[in-house]
Amino acid sequence: MQKIGVFVCHCGTNIAGTVDVHAVAEALRNEPGVVFSTDYPYMCSETGQNIIKNAIRDNELTGAVICSCSPRMHEVTFRKTATAAGLNPYMMEIANIREQCSWIHKDMPTGTAKAIVLGKAAIAKVNLNVPLIAGESPVTKRALVIGGGIAGIQTALDIAEAGFEVDIVEKSPTIGGKMAQMDKTFPTLDCAACILTPKMVDAAQHENITIYAYSEITEVKGFVGNFTVTIKKKARYVKENVCTGCGDCTKKCPQKKIKNEFNLGMNNRSAIYIPFAQAVPKVATIDPDHCTMLKTGKCGICAKVCTANAIDYTQKDEYIEEKYGAIVVATGYNPITLENFDEFAYSRSPDVVTSLEYERILNAAGPTDGKLVRPSDGVHPKTIVFIQCVGSRDTSGCGKQYCSKVCCMYTAKHAMLTREKYPDTDVYVFYIDVRTAGKNFDEFYRRAVEDYDVHYIKGMVGKVAPMADGKLMVQASDLILNEQLHIMADMVVLATAIEPDKSARSLATMLTASMDTNDFFTEAHAKLRPVESPTAGIFLSGTCQGPKDIPETVSQAGAAAVKVIGLLAKNKLTCNPCVAHSDEQLCNGCSSCEKVCPYGAITYLEKEFRMPDRTTAIRRVASVNAAVCQGCGACTVTCPSGAMDLDGFSNRQIMAEVDAICR
Amino acid sequence: MQTFKKNLTEQVLRTSGVNVRKCMRCGKCSGSCPSYEEMDYHPHQFVYMVEKGDVDALMKSNYRCLSCMACVERCPRGVAPAKLIEAIRLMVVRQQGQNHLKADQIPALLDKDIPQQAIVSAFRKYSK
Repeated sequence: MQKIGVFVCHCGTNIAGTVDVHAVAEALRNEPGVVFSTDYPYMCSETGQNIIKNAIRDNELTGAVICSCSPRMHEVTFRKTATAAGLNPYMMEIANIREQCSWIHKDMPTGTAKAIVLGKAAIAKVNLNVPLIAGESPVTKRALVIGGGIAGIQTALDIAEAGFEVDIVEKSPTIGGKMAQMDKTFPTLDCAACILTPKMVDAAQHENITIYAYSEITEVKGFVGNFTVTIKKKARYVKENVCTGCGDCTKKCPQKKIKNEFNLGMNNRSAIYIPFAQAVPKVATIDPDHCTMLKTGKCGICAKVCTANAIDYTQKDEYIEEKYGAIVVATGYNPITLENFDEFAYSRSPDVVTSLEYERILNAAGPTDGKLVRPSDGVHPKTIVFIQCVGSRDTSGCGKQYCSKVCCMYTAKHAMLTREKYPDTDVYVFYIDVRTAGKNFDEFYRRAVEDYDVHYIKGMVGKVAPMADGKLMVQASDLILNEQLHIMADMVVLATAIEPDKSARSLATMLTASMDTNDFFTEAHAKLRPVESPTAGIFLSGTCQGPKDIPETVSQAGAAAVKVIGLLAKNKLTCNPCVAHSDEQLCNGCSSCEKVCPYGAITYLEKEFRMPDRTTAIRRVASVNAAVCQGCGACTVTCPSGAMDLDGFSNRQIMAEVDAICR
Repeated sequence: MQTFKKNLTEQVLRTSGVNVRKCMRCGKCSGSCPSYEEMDYHPHQFVYMVEKGDVDALMKSNYRCLSCMACVERCPRGVAPAKLIEAIRLMVVRQQGQNHLKADQIPALLDKDIPQQAIVSAFRKYSK
């Protein structure tokens, strides 16, 4: 028989406000096995923990039940308390009477009755608890960063600087991400490439960093400290280590009418291409969808002009398997597509562009060589209208419900750059709210208004109509003047909402990392663990977690790196002792558990058994690798013969809890 | 008087099914409105006036809304300003008695220059 102590926490008025804590302590005193019961305002405080420790020692307790907040909050705390008093930490159970009771009930009698029932269930469980000893697992001292934008590069550099090996997997032919496409950065207006490309080169040259560009993750197995990841290196049809990046092939390639993704389709590239001058790695890639040689076998010009003999039309996708201790997700964002916003005429006029397209137009390496001209006729625009919140803060279902956060600032930047370079241009910005929280951000926006004479108008644009003379009629409301405006513009720039990259969802499934309804990765704790996924060993960097600007992304990337370094610095990780095991006498060898195990922890052994008639039979039985098992319990509910059981959450314990609730 | 106004507002909200609190004051409705110059109050004002309980002013002045529903279509928050106008018209009609448009009156009112859309729109406005 166990000797159980019950400790009921008031949590100030969080629990005591809707639960009569004295009554709970008194009611639980008479439960089977309970020898001690008390309540205290803050069990997690030092005094509270001392009450627990003393009670364990004085009453020689073999088990403890803490009626308090969620185990997600303080399970670790109270396990440490139990250990300090000489009790096995797994002999302590928490009855969650805060999140699952006091916070969701309004009246005292209901709350109290439920708290008592939850306490009884925990006591019934502790009566069947057995001490568990946690094992240890080794840590692979190598990190994987998925995504090679500024977030991924920064995280990788920080981890590499700490002395650990890092691999960056980037799906496009070069690292650099969205920041490489930008012209200037707010609020200082320094050139994006000038601050990004040195980091790209650093990453490429760092002895601890390996870049897998033009590659994707296809499979992730294992768990924190011991991930096994399969990386698909897509065929470039160019030998990466031989190509010198001279670019002769791109000039000679006869297929030149392919939309250039780097310039968002505003100009063309050839079938063999290098995305931009500072690409890392600077090697050519053949686009298999457009290469005549790969499609028909008749061309081969690039191979003829290549002095380095780097072209290899027979190259195949390559699969690499690598082991990692930690994985950082840095998959970034994309602007949304605008098919739901026909009122802005994006699909009908080339002079209506997204902000990222405008960024390319302003960029010296962009489709117009940095000259501000209208895409339709190459004429310098005299009137430009910027529309903010296109697809952001939209609950109608056409766009995204969140604020994309960066648009107010980059629109102020665009407006300012335009007025600076071309003072003859009239610039209008239609806004709903101007959100410029950030260091030197509001000052930046005010400069646009006060020093650069940008016309900020409070109100949204209702429609953009392309006119016969090539102008764009912008119909909008000015809410302050209470007027409807009709502006004849030469160009319209849409501050398009941003959304997580489409690859993020399938990746989240592979990583068993959770996402919100917008496909942003969720953090382990919104405030206190913002760079960790709830899945152990998975970390978050950059916009994959939510809209962010560059300074914020870089800070978060550094924070993620610190968490990774903290993990990789350990030689051993304490395993969760709550793992599954199979009763070999009951196992019928059906393999059901092996199929449902998400961690690949179950294997089957051929084992000799003594039969009742004294013969020996070889039977196939399940065996669990305790170091790999994460204790999810999928196998225990799948097993048809009841042979699988989970330590710490055994079938008997769960049934005892249910019985105690129903009693 | 205060209770009367409150009841009126509640009735408009209930009949229209519009949640005026979802409005984030972006003004896209008024930016979209083709009849803006014709109206005493503009779509973004309807929403605000209903929210503040100022329905009787709207009841005296809502006949220039074309019921084209552009504001409903384009509102990023799904607020539907034109539906408020429909509801207010309905209240006016109810207060005046049974004077609304009936289907069998339509042929007599037609001439060949009236666009089809206007008939549909008028029917939508005055048949409830």
